[in-house]
Amino acid sequence: MSYDARMRVWRGDAAGGELQDFSVEVNEGEVVLDILHRLQASQTPDLAVRWNCKAGKCGSCSAEINGRPRLLCLTRMGTFAEDEVVTITPLRAFPVVRDLVTDVSYNFEKAREIPPLVPRERDPDGNHRMQQIDVERSQEFRKCIECFLCQDVCHVLRDHEENVPAFAGPRYLMRLAELDMHPLDGVDRRRLAQEHFGLGMCNITKCCSEVCPEGIKITDNGLIPMKERVVDRKYVPSTWLGSTIRRRKRSAEA
Amino acid sequence: MTAVAPAGTGADGRPRLAARTLRTDRWWLQPLLTVAALVAFIVYSTVRAFENAHYFAEPYISPFYSPCLTTSCEGDTFPELFSGPSFLSPALYILIVPLGFRLTCYYYRKAYYRSFWLSPPACAVAEPHRSYTGETRFPLVFQNLHRYFFYAGLAFNAVLTYDAVLAFRNSEGEWFHMGVGTLVLLTNAALLWLYSLSCHSCRHIVGGRLVHFSRHPIRYRAWTFVSRLNGKHMQLAWVSLVFVAFTDFYVRLLATGALDDPRFF
Repeated sequence: MSYDARMRVWRGDAAGGELQDFSVEVNEGEVVLDILHRLQASQTPDLAVRWNCKAGKCGSCSAEINGRPRLLCLTRMGTFAEDEVVTITPLRAFPVVRDLVTDVSYNFEKAREIPPLVPRERDPDGNHRMQQIDVERSQEFRKCIECFLCQDVCHVLRDHEENVPAFAGPRYLMRLAELDMHPLDGVDRRRLAQEHFGLGMCNITKCCSEVCPEGIKITDNGLIPMKERVVDRKYVPSTWLGSTIRRRKRSAEA
Repeated sequence: MTAVAPAGTGADGRPRLAARTLRTDRWWLQPLLTVAALVAFIVYSTVRAFENAHYFAEPYISPFYSPCLTTSCEGDTFPELFSGPSFLSPALYILIVPLGFRLTCYYYRKAYYRSFWLSPPACAVAEPHRSYTGETRFPLVFQNLHRYFFYAGLAFNAVLTYDAVLAFRNSEGEWFHMGVGTLVLLTNAALLWLYSLSCHSCRHIVGGRLVHFSRHPIRYRAWTFVSRLNGKHMQLAWVSLVFVAFTDFYVRLLATGALDDPRFF
């Protein structure tokens, strides 16, 4: 069954833009990205939209559909009523390049700031050893496709541009948690997470988990465990006292 | 942070869109329901805490007044450590612990940050505040003390379990009797244990802080169990909250004589 959908698409650039109305044919089983491609082919050949795999794995086609951060390729048109106006805008937390394409380079800058894994000392026989159950937690975070929907929806960044330098966002706080939980990583990232990457700004309202297309429990399995690890390091009175009077070694703080 | 921040989604370079949100669903419903439920509980528990009466009906004691710390407590309640001023309700000494536990709970933080402080009211809906420092400063930095309220809460759960055991008596203090009130107190204690054990701090303490699960198989099993419970933390938070109020209400009905406790044996 085909029908003509009413689409509103934001068009413009950093200087300004507006929502424009279109009527586009929709066929059964199609996703929003299909409709945008049809729009490009039939009415707006210069519409800018970033996409790649069309299978929910490359993380390229992030946008906001009816105000909710989503992947264009994983949002079926069948989820909307036929007479519903479907509004598509670029990610609102990042600078726009043109139309639906935003500049997400902030994320890569934050990624570069994270110290890489530094292996612990080897076992006496010269090997590194870890079991599957030791790395299972971290493997959940490796499912991340870096679509940056979590970064887009996080109100710490989205609603407060002034926090951008001090806050790494859920994707990279999750990366810190992944490394801190890694059995072979020899760097203590707890103080770093709190003081350099702004973990304390997270108020665990879980929007990052709600929008994750991979279903990663970013808050429950990444950010909250990392907050608890920071408490171990910074807010347990004996630890705090030890580091204050410098009886505790600082070598592992990194 | 700066006192006056540039508007978030209106910051330079971002897509020019005036709307606070373009969501078309009823995003306001969840925060509204949360406010309604929490306000209802706060009003009820405040009234009951200050009422200082009708909290004991042999052999049942209301969870709002247990552990009863002062000698002015009704009945043979436990542990009656000191005599406070008579105008002060015994409930006021103890509610600080369950209140602190729930206030610093990771789930309730999400609930009230969203619904009361609107930070944010819903995902992708702009918050009204011009600046934001999260949990980095006083007083919210004290949210990091959650684990200490968790430890104290465990002691309270033990006392409430003891109260439930005492409820296997009749009004003359003879053992091996049971009424609907016994079931109510037992269910209340069980729900509070489940809520406490599903806590994120508990999950961290039992095993989450480890990096080598394989070297600690017992703690790994405990962590796996708590992790499963943790997935239901929100539901347990609500059910235990409602049930603790219901338990108090049931004891009040008995204490005022509005209801006779149906006895099984």
